[in-house]
Amino acid sequence: MNREDLLQGLKARDPRAIARAISLVEDGDPLSETILGSLDESRIEQALVLGITGPPGAGKSTLTDQIILGYRARSQRIGVIAIDPSSAISGGAFLGDRIRMMRHALDSDVVVRSMATRGRLGGLCAAAGATVRILASSGCSPVIIETVGVGQSEMDIIRLADVTALVLAPGLGDDIQAMKAGLLEVADILVVNKADCAGAETLAMDMEAVARESRDKGGSTEVCMTVASRGEGVAELLETVAALEKIYRQGGEHGRRRRHAHDLEVLDWALELLRPKLLEKIAKSGTNRTGDPRLKAAAILKGF
Amino acid sequence: MAGRSKKYRVLIGKPGLDGHDRGAKVLARALRDAGFEAVYTGIRRTPEEIAAAAVQEDVSAVGLSSLSGAHLRLFPAVVEALKQRGAGDIPVLGGGVIPDEDLNALKQAGIVEVYTPGTSLAQVIEAFEKACDRHHQGRSKT
Ligand code: B12
Ligand SMILES: Nc1nc2c(ncn2[C@@H]2O[C@H](COP(=O)(O)OP(=O)(O)OP(=O)(O)O)[C@@H](O)[C@H]2O)c(=O)[nH]1
Ligand SMILES: [Mg+2]
Repeated sequence: MNREDLLQGLKARDPRAIARAISLVEDGDPLSETILGSLDESRIEQALVLGITGPPGAGKSTLTDQIILGYRARSQRIGVIAIDPSSAISGGAFLGDRIRMMRHALDSDVVVRSMATRGRLGGLCAAAGATVRILASSGCSPVIIETVGVGQSEMDIIRLADVTALVLAPGLGDDIQAMKAGLLEVADILVVNKADCAGAETLAMDMEAVARESRDKGGSTEVCMTVASRGEGVAELLETVAALEKIYRQGGEHGRRRRHAHDLEVLDWALELLRPKLLEKIAKSGTNRTGDPRLKAAAILKGF
Repeated sequence: MAGRSKKYRVLIGKPGLDGHDRGAKVLARALRDAGFEAVYTGIRRTPEEIAAAAVQEDVSAVGLSSLSGAHLRLFPAVVEALKQRGAGDIPVLGGGVIPDEDLNALKQAGIVEVYTPGTSLAQVIEAFEKACDRHHQGRSKT
């Protein structure tokens, strides 16, 4: 596929062109700047970016499948980015989230892309932001991001998504304890999934307490209960998502989050683009590998 | 592998009603451990579903596993479905319980290579490595 075909294909929503564009951007191909410069900014602004995060096995993929179903009933075109971890040893990855979403495989308005973290911590991959924009520009709204199964510190999704749902399930006690000072405090919606299992009521009550505390501090945290495997509670969850999106857009929170995310992503990329230049400077700074690294860094950056 | 700058993405699919998924999972994990990004689409998929997923995932090769005896119909159907989606360039490898007398027919139908029980994982990985290399070379020409 040459440059013209690719850009034409992107405009025409050709599945292959969209998929190629994501790979080229993910691999840092020279074409990525052309691709990213060609996107439809107004579509990107209008699209809802919905984050689905939570501990391993909580039901994120199963819930995502049901959420797709809900939005498809309203004829919305949907993008899904499903992220799994890369092996720290081999650099490879087993990408399995898609298994639960295969019923949509022949629906050309459900664009699913599995991605590996490729060494990035934080629950996303480096190209997640760019992939959101490619999908949104191709008419997808919402763009749903399923993060890797998270512990307590994988918070990148909060920044990238307009609305983030933290999916929890009974029986994950320690995982949830560990989140007390992390995701639990910043997620917009606390989803108690596997509501058909023992312990769901207790978990829901705990989550209500967390939500109340957040609301006392001016937040707008909501709690939803779902049985993702049967689609129960999903309609209510989507209503909650829509209500929060509306509040955030009207109150200015939406714009504030997007601007913040934008600035941080620019910073990420600036550092990334600087990396080779800095490495070169360090290599040129002499053969002496002693002395304090921080002081050396400051010296290299002098006059920057 | 570690020395490769670009990650190879591959898809492992199980077409048809065959529920033997052990081999497919072993394969996907072995590929992960060899540095590939391996998308697995689960059991009981149609050839069209596998082809559509391969396109969306922009993979450089598709591997099909079948142990139930329906490979003569299902493997060529995946090749055909890829062609119909403008993705006939993606190589398709096959494996599983497949009698020797079917190997020719499968190759005629466009399956690059077929691997039967007892194949070492090293051989399987080498096969994917080669198929992906060739696919990438073809791509950079255009
Ligand atoms: C384990 C097993 C089962 C398990 C499956 C567990 C699971 N979740 O996978 C259970 C007990 C459930 C089962 C059930 C049945 N089984 Co069974 N099963 C086997 C057995 C003993 C081993 C298969 C296996 O897991 N091997 C280990 C894996 C790692 O090897 P593999 O899949 O062959 O993969 C290797 C290669 O083939 C190759 N490869 C495979 N795929 C691919 C793909 C690519 C792209 C590449 C490059 C390479 C490659 O690489 C791998 C590494 O070497 C085989 C016998 C045999 N010798 O194969 C019978 C066998 C496959 N089963 C058979 C049958 C008939 C059945 C049942 C119908 C039995 C029944 N009457 O109930 C059911 C049907 C199940 C279903 N829903 O489809 C027959 C199939 C006959 C046929 N094809 O004509 C076999 C061949 C036994 C026999 N000799 O009769 N089975
Ligand atoms: N009982 C019950 N099981 C569920 C429910 N939702 C999901 N499951 C099951 O929980 C298991 C894990 O579901 P997934 O959707 O794969 O979970 P996940 O959070 O995406 O998992 P990772 O991506 O591996 O972190 C599967 O076996 C599902 O069938 C539910 O509401 N009730
Ligand atoms: Mg998942």
